[in-house]
Amino acid sequence: MPVTAPAGAPVIEVSHVSTKFGQAVVHKDVSLTIHQGEVFAIAGGNGCGKSTLLREILGLMTPASGTIRLFGVDSRRLDVSNGGAIHRRFGVMFQHGALFSSLTLADNVAVPLREHTNLHPRLIREIVEVKIAMVGLPPDSAGKYPNELSGGMRRRAALARAIVMDPELVFLDEPTAGLDPIIAAGFDDLVLSLKMHLGLTVVMVTHDLDSLWRISTRVAVLGDGRVLGVGTMQELSQSEDPLIREYFHGPRGRAAHEQAMWNQRGRETSFA
Amino acid sequence: MPVEQQAIISVSGNVVQCQGAWTLSNLKDLERHIERLRWPEDHEVVCDVEGVTAMDTGGALLLQRIDNDLVRRGKAVAVRGLKPEFTELVRLVQAKARLNHASPAQQAGWEKFPLLPSVKIGTDGIIRALAFLGETTVAIGRSLLRPRLIRWRTMLRVVEFDGVRALPITGLLTFLVGVVIAYQGAEQLRKFGTNIFIVDLVGISLLREIAPLIVAILIAGRSGSAYAAEIGTMKVTEELDAVRTLGISPINLLVLPRTFALVLTLPLLTVYADVLGVFGGMLIASGQLNVSFAEFLDRFDEAVAVRHFLIGLAKAPFFAVIIALVGCYQGFQIRGGVDDVGRHTTISVVQSIFLVIVFDAICSVVTSWWDL
Repeated sequence: MPVTAPAGAPVIEVSHVSTKFGQAVVHKDVSLTIHQGEVFAIAGGNGCGKSTLLREILGLMTPASGTIRLFGVDSRRLDVSNGGAIHRRFGVMFQHGALFSSLTLADNVAVPLREHTNLHPRLIREIVEVKIAMVGLPPDSAGKYPNELSGGMRRRAALARAIVMDPELVFLDEPTAGLDPIIAAGFDDLVLSLKMHLGLTVVMVTHDLDSLWRISTRVAVLGDGRVLGVGTMQELSQSEDPLIREYFHGPRGRAAHEQAMWNQRGRETSFA
Repeated sequence: MPVEQQAIISVSGNVVQCQGAWTLSNLKDLERHIERLRWPEDHEVVCDVEGVTAMDTGGALLLQRIDNDLVRRGKAVAVRGLKPEFTELVRLVQAKARLNHASPAQQAGWEKFPLLPSVKIGTDGIIRALAFLGETTVAIGRSLLRPRLIRWRTMLRVVEFDGVRALPITGLLTFLVGVVIAYQGAEQLRKFGTNIFIVDLVGISLLREIAPLIVAILIAGRSGSAYAAEIGTMKVTEELDAVRTLGISPINLLVLPRTFALVLTLPLLTVYADVLGVFGGMLIASGQLNVSFAEFLDRFDEAVAVRHFLIGLAKAPFFAVIIALVGCYQGFQIRGGVDDVGRHTTISVVQSIFLVIVFDAICSVVTSWWDL
């Protein structure tokens, strides 16, 4: 298996994790290492345990066996009772936003700051305004409640909340699912620019082949309860594994690949 | 503390010296320092940020604020030594500041009070309630004419959940109420040596008023709230919309089975509660007043007319309709989000108990007019 050597220090280490739901085995012996500065994507078919793995990394679920380390801390010991020291270092954007429906967008984004810092309200407000602008939401949306926002805006608001503490690591659960292609592409750009500006490490769970090609530096394909392959999209698309081939060389996979190649050629010729 | 772990700002000559980690955990102190700082007198000020080892959005904002402060005092500011990794962040924050100046209207979002859209006791609410009542009445009439339309399966499930499973708690509660009434009555009756009248006291008060009321209040709390929460959650998760687009009337699907089931269940529960309540009174009567079970039952036969039992029983179906309709109506009123579910669930319980007691009071007045 070709594995590109990643640059930074390991941020997440998943070793020999297996998970069961009753009789159903979700993971058997899954191991992954995610390094600083990566845009690491976890891909795979529906029901292959991507989201479960994400929840285990976040300490929301405990695997049946194996260990997961997040910033070197065992995720089973990610306790919120100690003031969330580790929790401040990462942000999570849930698939449907998980915004608090009783709070306005601005208050939603401000929650981590109000909970974890003792900053002056004025500074909190300024930080929140910057973050709202950063994710590309119009300033007048700050006072709206989540049910007054569209799906795409909710997603952006959730991202603003995830990055409001300037975390080192951001988890995105299906960031582009259910968004129209233009907004989805815009979201990819947003993730790229935030990664550049804030030096984020991004871990995302996604099905979206276009965003896999565009923004991921490495991809892990899960299937059959194990890691079928880890590598850049380029490497994975040449993989011999039948399940990976099925995933990337189906009609949609090919279209996304061609589009990616075409984009790249376009870029090269314009540089020439 | 080493310099790297705190944020430092100092003024010497015309140079504002910034050092350390300008990150969230240090900003509180830094902000206080900045407020107390005496800015240089010179016209041209240099802001030296070479010593800043770490900076996040908050830090960049404070730097921006220093810059703004100085510019407002009519000074020319030059920022020196900004590390390349921070320039992008500072640029972003500056862009944001310009945007902020351009549109003061956005502040509106912050001053806006979270005005609760609840408690709209306007004509609006009354009209909606009447519309719901009308729609339900028509649906009830239609399905009574054609019993094939009634969803028996759902109805039986509701009977099981809200009737059968409520047996232990209703039984226990009315038993205890019977005990309490008998205890309190025993004190007084013993004074006059009219021990046997305990039967009248327990029998009439329980059968006619208390047992139906206790059952209704209990079911309002247990089932009415559940109806509101269930229907509300279905609304939030768009299940109600799905039902409508499948060509099914939500009233037929959700309201009617619950209403019919409660109308069936509540009288049964009331009879059951009557029995246990009287049994509670009977135990105390034999323990405290030397009225044996046999004497008690003999007296019961002659003292407590059947009409007391029937009046109590007749109220139960009306209570059931009130509870079911209020619960379902509040469920349909839920808009928006999760907090709305909680609020309307509470409203449903309060309203249904309120209406049950009002209805009971009206019944008392009416029956006393008719000398029943």
